[in-house]
Amino acid sequence: MSGRRLRSLGLQVLLAAGLGLLLWQLVGITAANMHERGIQSGFGFLREPAGFAIGESLLPFDSADSTWWALMAGLVNTLRVALPAIVISTVLGTAIGLGRLSPNLLLRGLCKGYVETLRNVPLLLQLLAWYFVVTDLLPAASAALKIAPHLFLSKSGLSLPWFGGEGGAWFDLPVQGAMAVTGGAVLTPEYIALLFGLSLYTASYVAETVRAGIQAVPRGQRDAALALGMSRVQGFRLVLLPQALRSIIPPLTNQHLSLTKNSSLAVAIGYPDLVSIADTTLNQTGRAAECIALIMAVYLVISLFTAGTSAWLERRTGHWAQRS
Amino acid sequence: MNGLSAARNWLLRNLFSDAWSSLTTLLLGAGLCYWLPGLIDWLLLKAVFRPDAAACAAVDHAGACWGVVAEKYRLILFGRYPPVEQWRALAATVLLLSAIFAGGLRLLGRAGLLVFWALALPAFFLLMGGGLLGLAPVGADQWGGFPLTLLLATTGMLLALPLAVLVALARQASAPPLLRALCLLYVELVRGVPLISVLFLASFLLPIILPQGTSIDVLVRVLAGIVLFAAAYLSETVRGGLQAVPAGQHDAAAALGLSRWQALRWIVLPQALRAVIPSIMNSAISIFKDTSLVTVVSLYELTGSLSLALSGDAQWRSFYFEGYLFIGLIYWLGCHSLSRVGSSLERRLAVGSR
Repeated sequence: MSGRRLRSLGLQVLLAAGLGLLLWQLVGITAANMHERGIQSGFGFLREPAGFAIGESLLPFDSADSTWWALMAGLVNTLRVALPAIVISTVLGTAIGLGRLSPNLLLRGLCKGYVETLRNVPLLLQLLAWYFVVTDLLPAASAALKIAPHLFLSKSGLSLPWFGGEGGAWFDLPVQGAMAVTGGAVLTPEYIALLFGLSLYTASYVAETVRAGIQAVPRGQRDAALALGMSRVQGFRLVLLPQALRSIIPPLTNQHLSLTKNSSLAVAIGYPDLVSIADTTLNQTGRAAECIALIMAVYLVISLFTAGTSAWLERRTGHWAQRS
Repeated sequence: MNGLSAARNWLLRNLFSDAWSSLTTLLLGAGLCYWLPGLIDWLLLKAVFRPDAAACAAVDHAGACWGVVAEKYRLILFGRYPPVEQWRALAATVLLLSAIFAGGLRLLGRAGLLVFWALALPAFFLLMGGGLLGLAPVGADQWGGFPLTLLLATTGMLLALPLAVLVALARQASAPPLLRALCLLYVELVRGVPLISVLFLASFLLPIILPQGTSIDVLVRVLAGIVLFAAAYLSETVRGGLQAVPAGQHDAAAALGLSRWQALRWIVLPQALRAVIPSIMNSAISIFKDTSLVTVVSLYELTGSLSLALSGDAQWRSFYFEGYLFIGLIYWLGCHSLSRVGSSLERRLAVGSR
């Protein structure tokens, strides 16, 4: 065995020993601390009744249900805001990113202004501001803003038509009543603020990703497409886009992942997402380690899943690029 | 060509190059004409600038109430820092800001910069904390507002970057496999979870896993959380930079008789870091923005001190939005100047790479 490999092996043995010792110490200290403060450990609390109410939930939930079910409701709420926000931010961000490449100065300038403004202000601040606008500056439900027929916006949220309704109707249409808007589905102020805040903020990042991806395609490619007699739209769709997608998709997946992680800022405006419910549970049961471990585990699973999907997509787009 | 036809050409090229462009210009122009006057009215013409709650209430949101900023700016900027001592917080902030810009804009030589930083950082803590030279002591629990934001961002970045370099080096193929695996685990774990969970970890869990009797200030715990979080992202950036250094550089350094550490210090790292300056600056901007999250674990930095200033005051609380715009502007100025500093740094350092 060479000297260098021996040294490396020795280093690793030392490292492992040191790490083991550190962990052993930490576990010992933690156990002593928890014993002293009367903190219990284990995940048994998940089966006990939650004892708190959740502001809104797609899953049927009341405070007598188990903590486990409350966290599930939180996870569903996280996905309920993250998935639509991913779609909105991608569409809007792509439009703005293309706008930044427009030959029109005014459009280019406005899109640049959007990106520069939203990227340079913390998301948390934007969410708080949106939430304040919805809950304080909008009119009360008795005089809701009518954005479109059967679409009402007020301090109590956004009322919109939804499937079902009385007497076997296809749609349940909201109408303005004397005190409030009745009927239809209601999106709460917390949900609206979070959805809009996340979408608009992430759109500024998506826009930069799209712009960079398209600019990374050599200019000659566009000229070549035009020279072959393709129209500008054809050239974009058949020549530029497939090549640009290769460099757009990996960072775009990262933006989607960031968005999902950023949805945890819901805790600041009181939308009951996973982190917010885990935080409530933490405060009620004192099981800090377990609750934080749960949050981290769920997000890690989401991250791994997304990374896997992204790798698959990359292979697919790589495949397209090779074929064309 | 006279000025008039030059202007005409400019308009044709930039705003009316074809039918689509002309249509876009007309639509956007109409939109601007429709919205802009109202916006200017709200921002300036109908706005109340005096700290007069009655006047603000009378305008009833038809114009901005900048009076809220005039009334509360001390609380917003410095949080719970004792009002009599706030000149110290201001001086500390100015000192740290000038250190940052002296570094970013290369106003001083390398030695001068090192000396300036070595003086500015302790001076910042001395001014903020007091207890020496006749300055009244101010506990860290009373620090707040912009100085706290700046402190978290600056020290976060200063500590995260060296850690990131170490982690990136430990992930090189030449590092021991166990170390490599551990660093990989750390990076992927941290990058997979939201910052807020790391802050929870620092604020709730650290006190439990440390020996009895050692109490660490919440500020330090949160700072540790920020450093661990930022270092994971930065280490990926640095790793990218290390990969960008051609293998020939290592060989050339070895051929010159440099040891591995000498090669790293003088040949590889300077090139690796220089290659990723834009990403490092983006990380700095992210850290600066992310400091706003510490308000969730009850530290009153800029965002937290705004709610401290307004949430309990029935007279002013309906003008939160103006407050958000005010601190939003501060964050915007910070991020924008950081990105400008980044591009100037990039240009200046590029001179050395031939």
